[in-house]
Amino acid sequence: MSDDEFPERAETVIIGAGIVGNSLAYHLAKQGREDILLMDKGPLPDPGGSTGHASNFLMPVDHSKEMTHLTQRSIEQYDDMDTFTNSGGIEVARTDERMAELERRVQSAKAWGEPGELLSVEEIEEMVPYVNTDIIKGGFYSPGAGTCDPLRAGEVMRARADDAIDGGLTVSPNTEVLDMHVENGEIRAVETDRGTVEAGEVVIAAGLWSPKIAEMAGVEIPLTPAVHQMVSVGPISFFEDYEGEISFPVVRDMDTQMYERQHGNDLEVGSYQHRPILWDVDDVPSIEESPLSPTQPPLTDDAFEQSMEDALEIVPELLDDPQAGVRHEIDGLLSVTPDGMPLLGPLQDVDGLWSCAAVWIKEAPAIGEAVAQWMTRGWSEIDLHGSDVNRFYQYGTSEEFVKNRAHEGFQKIYGIVHPSEQWQSSRPLRTSPFYNRQDDLGARFFEAAGWERPQWFESNEDLVRKYNAELDGLLRGNEWDSRWWSPIILGEHLHMREHVGMIGDMGFGKFDFVGSDVVDYLETMAVGRVDVDVGKTVYTPILAENGGFVSDLTMARLGPDHYRVITGGAAAGADRAWFGSHIPDDADVTMIDRTESLCTLGVWGPDAREVVQSVTEEDMSHEAFPPYSAQEITVGEVDAWAMRLSYVGELGWEIYAPMGQGQRLWDTIAEAGEAYDIRPVGMGVYGTTGRMEKGYRLHGHELELEYTPAEAGLTFHGVKDADFIGKEAYAEAIEEENAATLCTLSVDDHASESGERRFMLGNEPILDESGEVIVDDHGRESYVTSAGTGPSVGKHLLMAYLPPEYAQEGQHLQVEYMGDQYPVTVEVAGSRPLFDPENERIRS
Amino acid sequence: MNVLACVKRVPNTGAKIVLTDDNQRIDASNLGFTMSPHEECAIEEAIQQVEAHGGSAHVLTLGPEDATEQLRTGLAMQADEATLLETDGAEWGPRATADAIANAVRDLADDGTEFDLLLFGTESADAANYQVGVRVARKLGRPCVTGIKSLDVEDGTAIAGREVSGGEEIYEVDLPAVVTVKEGINEPRYASMRAKMQARKQELDHLEPAGAAGGGTFEKVRLEAPETDDSAAEVLGDGPDAVPEIVEVLESEVEVL
Repeated sequence: MSDDEFPERAETVIIGAGIVGNSLAYHLAKQGREDILLMDKGPLPDPGGSTGHASNFLMPVDHSKEMTHLTQRSIEQYDDMDTFTNSGGIEVARTDERMAELERRVQSAKAWGEPGELLSVEEIEEMVPYVNTDIIKGGFYSPGAGTCDPLRAGEVMRARADDAIDGGLTVSPNTEVLDMHVENGEIRAVETDRGTVEAGEVVIAAGLWSPKIAEMAGVEIPLTPAVHQMVSVGPISFFEDYEGEISFPVVRDMDTQMYERQHGNDLEVGSYQHRPILWDVDDVPSIEESPLSPTQPPLTDDAFEQSMEDALEIVPELLDDPQAGVRHEIDGLLSVTPDGMPLLGPLQDVDGLWSCAAVWIKEAPAIGEAVAQWMTRGWSEIDLHGSDVNRFYQYGTSEEFVKNRAHEGFQKIYGIVHPSEQWQSSRPLRTSPFYNRQDDLGARFFEAAGWERPQWFESNEDLVRKYNAELDGLLRGNEWDSRWWSPIILGEHLHMREHVGMIGDMGFGKFDFVGSDVVDYLETMAVGRVDVDVGKTVYTPILAENGGFVSDLTMARLGPDHYRVITGGAAAGADRAWFGSHIPDDADVTMIDRTESLCTLGVWGPDAREVVQSVTEEDMSHEAFPPYSAQEITVGEVDAWAMRLSYVGELGWEIYAPMGQGQRLWDTIAEAGEAYDIRPVGMGVYGTTGRMEKGYRLHGHELELEYTPAEAGLTFHGVKDADFIGKEAYAEAIEEENAATLCTLSVDDHASESGERRFMLGNEPILDESGEVIVDDHGRESYVTSAGTGPSVGKHLLMAYLPPEYAQEGQHLQVEYMGDQYPVTVEVAGSRPLFDPENERIRS
Repeated sequence: MNVLACVKRVPNTGAKIVLTDDNQRIDASNLGFTMSPHEECAIEEAIQQVEAHGGSAHVLTLGPEDATEQLRTGLAMQADEATLLETDGAEWGPRATADAIANAVRDLADDGTEFDLLLFGTESADAANYQVGVRVARKLGRPCVTGIKSLDVEDGTAIAGREVSGGEEIYEVDLPAVVTVKEGINEPRYASMRAKMQARKQELDHLEPAGAAGGGTFEKVRLEAPETDDSAAEVLGDGPDAVPEIVEVLESEVEVL
């Protein structure tokens, strides 16, 4: 490992030597990269970024599976480097609402395989005698929590990287990036004040400076520096009797959005409760201009006033120690993104350029490992779809958007965030041509990938009364269960099943592929056979080499050399990157992004044919337009293209039209449907109730890198002759017995211990007869991947992967929700639809 | 015994100094503000003397509204009261500053607060004129000792020690007196969180300073930031193996061998 010679060339350049860059260097070396340059504009071991001032504690339990697993894996790594102290951590509750939230914490702990339990006030007092127990109602204990030393870990990882590749790591501190050289859409070199280095690949791991580096390459990493206020108080005589850095659990005072943690004889007090203070990255000072470090500007006193009062209330004995004073106080700068998750993965407009940014101490080692896996072999062991930098592609990268969402999201950091909670700022941003019509109909819009999508329509309220009898037992009384939900969704569902509904726009990603090599190319991308007749559609998994899911989507053949790929809105940015990066250099394949040029209107239900036929020039009969086929049609004045398929299990079409004619399309269908009482139907039906009854899988819920098509019950394509990514693993998985099989379950009894009827929302653990969380042979916990009511089957439905001994229809199990356990029954093992199992409706 | 500590709001100088475009001021947006270390000791000394002898400790500054930040630091350290001689932010020279402080001391005396001891830092951290304490003493007709690193008060007499080469000079002055202190006289405390919080809520006296900005015999033309040496340190080697390299550097670069 040399730091004096600046190389002219390197296989891999990592920009940023904080905890993230060091972890990347180590794991890339371990994964086989042999010539790595790690640079930072600051000195080592602390180059002046957020790593240098973090409070360094790791609380593993998060409601996000991805984040929990990343933190667990990071703790293992810190521990392996002898830089972890297992102190445990306690989240205390001052309110009843928070106690309920802590029960949900226990639920998440169980679902993600991390220990965690509720504590009484007395138990807290015993573990942390300095907490003022008069003001708390209880707590959540995470025994696996602890603190780390990220600077020391960085040193260990640099040394290990260098060992792993026999001196192949060059470390260059005090090296500032001046420019990024991009040619023909490919990263070529990094220009610095120590020289220019040619690079095969470059990772931006520059923390809050990452957007500036990305900008030099003409791409965007959407994050903003934000202040996290932190002070250190000491010396505290109470701690003098204890050796080492930390002898008491870290305390998170959740309701005040603060934490208090011992650090030697000091107490570190940190806050996320203050008003959001966002910085412009250009205002962050240089190292020379900073008294402490660039990311440690002086504390903004007035913003910290309430935090002081709250800290004095929760740990008065320590803070009122007559010897103790505030020895250190900062506005610590860290990276905040529009949704609070990191920004990882390939920056798709520049080949060879990667983002590894907005990563906090608690997940950094695991993220370095996972991104290194992604870079070197195309997939990571821990699925990173929630952190994919491409999730904001084409809509969420502006400074205004980032600032608005960061401002809003900062206040959610220790908040009680409902799983369906909607963002309020920067809306509406992406609207379909149906938006104004839907708004007039009282649409309650939810956002997905920036798109405004109606979740339900207030104008359909009459349907709740109409289907009163069918909805008996399915209405939600509990406020939490019914937050961001409406019984109108169930009414819309039943109306669609009985008559007809119009749904759209779903916010799909739409990509056309054209060229003489397009068949060969798409064959390599998809499990399903792609070389079908023109006019046919193929629903297919898209896999990584490990046989896990990258995506699932529909391909339609529009011509001999022309296909259209339709994918879910949330996955569109990532799928675009995946498809784009796999087009061979010498292949005649062009990708044309139609996402913003085509809108989609679904017309589904028993009367769909009558409605559509009445305004369409073409013959829409079963014979002329068979199921799973696609054709060009003209609806009224609008030239469109339609696929006969359905994600809600009904007869009907997805009609695609130019955005500019979308409103005309909406009006034409709405008018034609009047005679059939056509109703606008929301995504509550499309994404949940209709889908769940049909057992349709959703990427990011059921379908992840961690599961195979065999386990998901999506092997109906068999193993085709053509090679495709993941073929070997896919074929093996079919041969082997599933470690777990995706099942549809129903809730037998909704009554909680207090007698209230409760409805699970997703991510709850599945327990066996004795109340233990079910774990499969691969160590994966069984949990609810999706939850939703099926009004046509009269049951609340759950999907979950279950090991073979439990994946039996009729098997009785339990689900834990908000501290209570509820009996459930396996209705379907595999992908057979619970509703209309033979798909007669779609084929009618 | 009532003690007054006088302080000045100055930019924190712990990093590279950036000047405003007109070269008239330090751009403190990244630096933040503080007071000189000597003055922090003056406040600490005032508080300790009051803790030992009773009475009350006051802290005073002449400056803009923002300078209340430094007064609150004094209050958080447990000073009892604070007074701002509020300016519009224009720079006051040492003579004008001293006149205004002396006037304020007289006004406060008229209102019933007689100060037995006026403490200053020996010099400010930015201008380092070494003048204000001495001028205030002269103006008020009180004895003054400067550069003090130890201070005891007994029976109306201050015993003040000044470090000199090879020893210490001890002065006895009758109170009321003016003493300018140096860093090292004591170890200034860190304010407790509760005291900081209370200091934020405490009322401050705002007085209009007598006189006007300027008032010096010098005119400031512009500021210049000194050149900084930003070359990186270089490790020449480890242990005895490093000797040849070190000799080479001492011979050819430093030219001392």
